[in-house]
Amino acid sequence: MNTGTDTPGTLADPIDSTRIKADFPLLSTTRAGTGHDRLITYLDSAATAQKPQAVIDALTNYYETTNANVARGVYELAEASTNAMEAARRKVAKFINAPAANEVIFTKNATESLNLVARSWGGTNLGPGDAVVLTQLEHHANIVPWQILQAEKGFEIRWIPVDANGHLDLTDLDRFLDGAKVVGLSAMSNVLGTLTPMRRIADAAHAAGAVVTVDACQYVPHLPTDVVEMGADFVSFSAHKMCGPTGVGVMWGKAELLDAMPPFLGGGGMIENVTQEGFKPAELPHKFEAGTPPIAEAVGLGVAVDYLSALGMDAVREHEVRLTSYTLRTLADRFGDKLTIHGPSEPAERGGVFSLELADVHPHDLSQVLDEHGVCVRAGHHCAKPLMKVLGVGATARASVYIYNDESDVDALADSLEAAASFFSF
Amino acid sequence: MAGLEDLYREIIIDHYRSPRNRGELDTPPATRTEGFNPLCGDEIVVYLQLGEGTGDERVIEDIRIGGQGCSISQSSASMMSMSVKGKTIAEARDIMRSFKAMMSIHESSLDDSVEEPEIEVDEMKLGELEAMRGVVKFPVRIKCATLSWNTLDQGISEALA
Ligand SMILES: Cc1ncc(COP(=O)(O)O)c(C=O)c1O
Repeated sequence: MNTGTDTPGTLADPIDSTRIKADFPLLSTTRAGTGHDRLITYLDSAATAQKPQAVIDALTNYYETTNANVARGVYELAEASTNAMEAARRKVAKFINAPAANEVIFTKNATESLNLVARSWGGTNLGPGDAVVLTQLEHHANIVPWQILQAEKGFEIRWIPVDANGHLDLTDLDRFLDGAKVVGLSAMSNVLGTLTPMRRIADAAHAAGAVVTVDACQYVPHLPTDVVEMGADFVSFSAHKMCGPTGVGVMWGKAELLDAMPPFLGGGGMIENVTQEGFKPAELPHKFEAGTPPIAEAVGLGVAVDYLSALGMDAVREHEVRLTSYTLRTLADRFGDKLTIHGPSEPAERGGVFSLELADVHPHDLSQVLDEHGVCVRAGHHCAKPLMKVLGVGATARASVYIYNDESDVDALADSLEAAASFFSF
Repeated sequence: MAGLEDLYREIIIDHYRSPRNRGELDTPPATRTEGFNPLCGDEIVVYLQLGEGTGDERVIEDIRIGGQGCSISQSSASMMSMSVKGKTIAEARDIMRSFKAMMSIHESSLDDSVEEPEIEVDEMKLGELEAMRGVVKFPVRIKCATLSWNTLDQGISEALA
């Protein structure tokens, strides 16, 4: 797995963020701020990424030229619409190196993808005496679906702990995996930025007879993704965090597993035949795509994939490693012990997500002052309350970077943090 | 647009730095009620000790606040505890209504199109709580300010039950 390397200074950053920013209308247009119009400093891409003009245009273009329901009509327009969505599916498959395009299921978002795995695979294969292994890094989207199912099926949930540096502590991995049927694992933490050793865990899980479901929401937008090399059985992510539209997500799964699983939602589009006696599900991927899918959004995701592919995901990763180094260095230089940055300290081992705690300024107050300076960060528990508990905090302020961010954004963050510190003057 | 000074009034910062009635009470006889702000993770715990009597005539003899959160939720909880301590339930409910009115929250207002009767904000009843008025200009923070009040509301119901 290429997690990038930190090569200081010599070569130029492969991504020209100034040029890229110009592709994003929301970032290159001034907004009304406190007393004056200004460009915002957007540091909340871990929540959702901004959209390039090409993706915005793709939505309009689809509705203006291609709109029809898919897989239902025989007329030319319906075929064009179907083709557009299926072309997007193939692009996504190639982007994550899926062996086959029909293993790519379009959902509403990563949350639905993760629920699909829990409900359809877990609901069929889990019972009392079984164990599901999760990590303390998980987002609620990879926790609650299992807890819902647990109430019904009565299995045990075990938690792989996080160590003081924000890495998974795998000391007891073998014991955790003993009797486990599922391992649910975040590829990159949305709170700490931690990149997890997916291959190692997946190999151990498979040796123990468990399937591996990966929450790759924060991974796919930021690193070259190869689902085969990851060793995963299921990989879930959302389009909106990778410059695509909201309303569409992806669940990739191995065909032999998907074929053996019951459908998740029932309705039109997911059947081959229905009688009064029962139904026969459709082939993949349609078996898991009940109802009218998010067609325009899937097409938009395809264009987002084109956009990222043109930049090159190796370049995206390289840019973020550089910016991560710069961020960690800048914040440490300017704030020292006053500012805690949770998570791994080594840029090669993490993504550009920074959970910050500034002396005794509460994250909510911090983000309020930052907003005053046009700096957008997120304050809260980031849908990872079990992890917050491990960190011993109720909330953090989280800044996260992407392709359109550069050193000037990090400097703006540091300036506004300084303003917050002096406003609450400790 | 409202400035930070509208939000972070000195008195708010003071209550944040030195929260009043912070701590716990033995349960029972006191009751313990938790409130969460699911958006930001703030948590408030309200301990209530009511005096003898019946219904709304009972007096809030003691109140303690626990939990953690931002300056707005913590200072609001601190001021809330001061304003209702020693008051009857009926009086506390009155203050609660005035506070919520100031926060522009009208119960049973699901339909935006219906004209809301202006609830009189009784400034006498509010006292120091007036300082919270600036929060209204920062709509996402209203939930921070009302968290402790909603928890109090729930706590009263539990204590009377
Ligand atoms: C790690 C992780 N998993 C899951 C999700 C859920 O994504 P969505 O809200 O798009 O379903 C998110 C995004 O908030 C995330 O960061």
